[in-house]
Amino acid sequence: MKKLLFAASVAALLAGSWLAPAQAEYLKEHRGGTIRLLARSAAGTLDPHINYTDQGWQMYQPIYDGLVAFRKAEGMDGFTIVPDLAEALPTVTNDGKTFTFKLRKGIKFSNGQDMGVKDVVASFQRIFKVSGPTSGTFYAGIVGADKCLADAKSCTLEGGVVGDEAAGTITLNLTKPDAEILYKLALPHAVVLPADTPAEDMGSKPIPSTGAYMISAFDPNKGMTVSRNPNFKQWSEEAQPDGYPDVVQYDFGLSEEAAVTAIQNGEADWMFDALPSDRLGELGSKSMDQLHISPLSAWWYAPLNNRLAPFDNEKARQAVAYAIDRNTLVKLFGGKVLASPVCQVLPPDFPGHEDYCPFTKNPGTKWSAPDLDKAKQLVEESGTKGQKVTIIAEDTAISRSIGVYLQSVLTSIGYVADVKPISSNIQFTYIQNTNNKVQMSITQWYKDYPAASDFLNILFSCASFREGSDASINIAGFCDKDIDAKMQKALDLGVTDQKAADKMWAEIDRQITDKAPAVGLFTPKRLDFVSKRVGNFKFNRQFNWMITQSWVQ
Amino acid sequence: MSNQAVAMPRKTRGPWAVAFAKLARDRAAMASLAVFLLIVLACLSAPLYAQWAGTDPFASTLDAVIQIDGADVPVMEQSTEGLGLGYTPLGPTWRLGNYFLGADSQGRDVMARMLYGGLSSLLISGAATIFTLIIGTAAGLIAGYFGGITDTVLSRLLDVLWAFPIYLLAISLSIVTIAQGISIGPIEIESGSLWLPVIIIGIVYVPYVARPIRGQVLSLRHSEFVFAAINLGVPGWRILWRDILPNITTTLIVFVPLMMALNMLTESALSFLSIGVQPPAASWGTIIQDGQALLYTRPLVALVPGLAIAVSVMALNVFGDGLRDALDPRSKVRLGRD
Repeated sequence: MKKLLFAASVAALLAGSWLAPAQAEYLKEHRGGTIRLLARSAAGTLDPHINYTDQGWQMYQPIYDGLVAFRKAEGMDGFTIVPDLAEALPTVTNDGKTFTFKLRKGIKFSNGQDMGVKDVVASFQRIFKVSGPTSGTFYAGIVGADKCLADAKSCTLEGGVVGDEAAGTITLNLTKPDAEILYKLALPHAVVLPADTPAEDMGSKPIPSTGAYMISAFDPNKGMTVSRNPNFKQWSEEAQPDGYPDVVQYDFGLSEEAAVTAIQNGEADWMFDALPSDRLGELGSKSMDQLHISPLSAWWYAPLNNRLAPFDNEKARQAVAYAIDRNTLVKLFGGKVLASPVCQVLPPDFPGHEDYCPFTKNPGTKWSAPDLDKAKQLVEESGTKGQKVTIIAEDTAISRSIGVYLQSVLTSIGYVADVKPISSNIQFTYIQNTNNKVQMSITQWYKDYPAASDFLNILFSCASFREGSDASINIAGFCDKDIDAKMQKALDLGVTDQKAADKMWAEIDRQITDKAPAVGLFTPKRLDFVSKRVGNFKFNRQFNWMITQSWVQ
Repeated sequence: MSNQAVAMPRKTRGPWAVAFAKLARDRAAMASLAVFLLIVLACLSAPLYAQWAGTDPFASTLDAVIQIDGADVPVMEQSTEGLGLGYTPLGPTWRLGNYFLGADSQGRDVMARMLYGGLSSLLISGAATIFTLIIGTAAGLIAGYFGGITDTVLSRLLDVLWAFPIYLLAISLSIVTIAQGISIGPIEIESGSLWLPVIIIGIVYVPYVARPIRGQVLSLRHSEFVFAAINLGVPGWRILWRDILPNITTTLIVFVPLMMALNMLTESALSFLSIGVQPPAASWGTIIQDGQALLYTRPLVALVPGLAIAVSVMALNVFGDGLRDALDPRSKVRLGRD
């Protein structure tokens, strides 16, 4: 792992030196102005240790920093880890269990306070004190985390996060090696906040930040104003580059239709929400130069409850996988430009992904067509024909359409199916709770960080299944002890040999796909619509469009 | 022998005949009735229309291709300009039996869905009206006739229901029951069943019927013929059934179209919010919801069911007013909180 990190940091350094002069020139020419963003609603709490939304994470990028960061670069380069508040990537000792970071000097928070070792230590403790949504998963491997999870208020992470004020170092001790720890440290849940930040959800109150920008005003019903951090001096262009606009004005409340019109009229520069489907044709032909299509590491899928009839029968699950016409689903999503059919779990271009599709007319690497005869035969063999199946969809146009389509597919292969769209606000937790006896549902998973385990281990490990809980992300209730053991092996192998681990993950992906605990539907793409004045659009694979790296003048 | 004709006593018409004659003279009411009956007939023909058109209004048919003037036309057309983003459903062909009103975002025939949707809307609003009238009338009769503690309990229960805004109550009940259905003792209603909106809509409007009925019964309770019956030892239920109920029949008849109009609006609202009729079944509310995503390219998908609801409700209201004028001109019956 050390070798890998060293190579990555050298590459990052070289790339950074190439970019430097260009950015400086452009900054002179295009610096200033207000970029205006629109969203139907705010992304929830402003607290970066708690907020777990795409919208929030995207906006935090120019605002907050962690010890390390995902590189602020276009495409796959955006998956690279670079030092941020730390001077360099950590030195790894103790068989991969101890990570030592040397903190940069001279960095200030937006309120003028110096950022130091005590802030870093306090921030790690705060992840647990506020019961951050990933404290029990991503950061549970830190020494002392078990005590913090049991008693959040008195969390000290003693022996887990050790600060040395004199040396300016932070030492992170893990209970066992974790090949993905740097990814986890680069997420907004691990950003460094002032040590005196209250250990509670800050809700609508902005927290001082170290990044190029700070949140200067926020009203969850109206909007958010992000302005330049007066104490910011660029220390790493790859980790926290200076931005072009002086102000980012993010307004909430406009419908998608109205947002499109506002952007067309030049009254706004970008919208967070998906473009309305009936405007796609018009925008795709008349405003091509304002559209940006980018790949996403995401998966639209239909979890099948492996613990309830009829899908407690493997053949019944496989029958559904054979019967679904992915091309139809792609059509419903807006066409081939915006989505690609899939059979397997890991998205294309993702670590561990190797093309695989057993549930198609000509099984092999790619999906070609549904095989209804095979599906009907499997339903007969499973003895589940005529059973009742209810599909729980989200109450959105696309999810409802997919639900209606899946209902007709299930009916055509011999089930008595119906579909129920329920409010998007509750659907995701509703389908996770076994008490609701959901047989089949429609949902999506977007990566947290670029590792195969973020899909396979999280969505299909036995540990991710919790009976009667709203937070049972293994929605299918799939649990295979052999596959579980293999996933653990792959995680361990990743510490020393990530390539070999990815090979292993590819095999696990195939094994899970074969058992069809959930049916892969398609991989979506992101479609960004920007105003004519937006220049230098750059899409980062980790956190999407880098808002402040675009200019408006 | 006298040639003078013998003056025969003039035969008087019964109150029903008078009322119908009066109703028949009300042109607006009769025109409204005709419009409404036309809509009902059209909706009843939904299965025949779908069979004749060879279309399944509930199944996704995104790949379907139809023939128009000998040419193959895809039901969902992909944009070919620029980036080729998105699919647009077929617009209205104005040919009966061949996507007359075009297709929706699932490639389904909107005309066939409109007819089926109307059938659902009419069935739900009609059944909910019957439900409301039965429960509301029973509650009003019992509370008004027996009075005392019975009246107090029933009236307070009605007040509790009355205190909730109608739509808030209907939405809340629908959200609670939408996923799991209703299971109370022997009563089991599955979550996708049309009975669910029938009962929810029926319940929320009970006070609107029960309160005026109770008022009428209270005044009838003190009339001489009721006192006479009581003094003769006629049992209470018999007085209610034989003496009081016939006297409130006209009010109940007047309620029917007015309640049905209200129920139709409520059903559409619930279905529009995905908590009424469940997909793939159609109601005018669900079709408006489907059309919402097509307002820009295919506005008819949302406009036509909206228009159908407006025309039906207006027809029922105008006919209801005419009926009231004909049957019970002194009546103050109004549906609402005024």
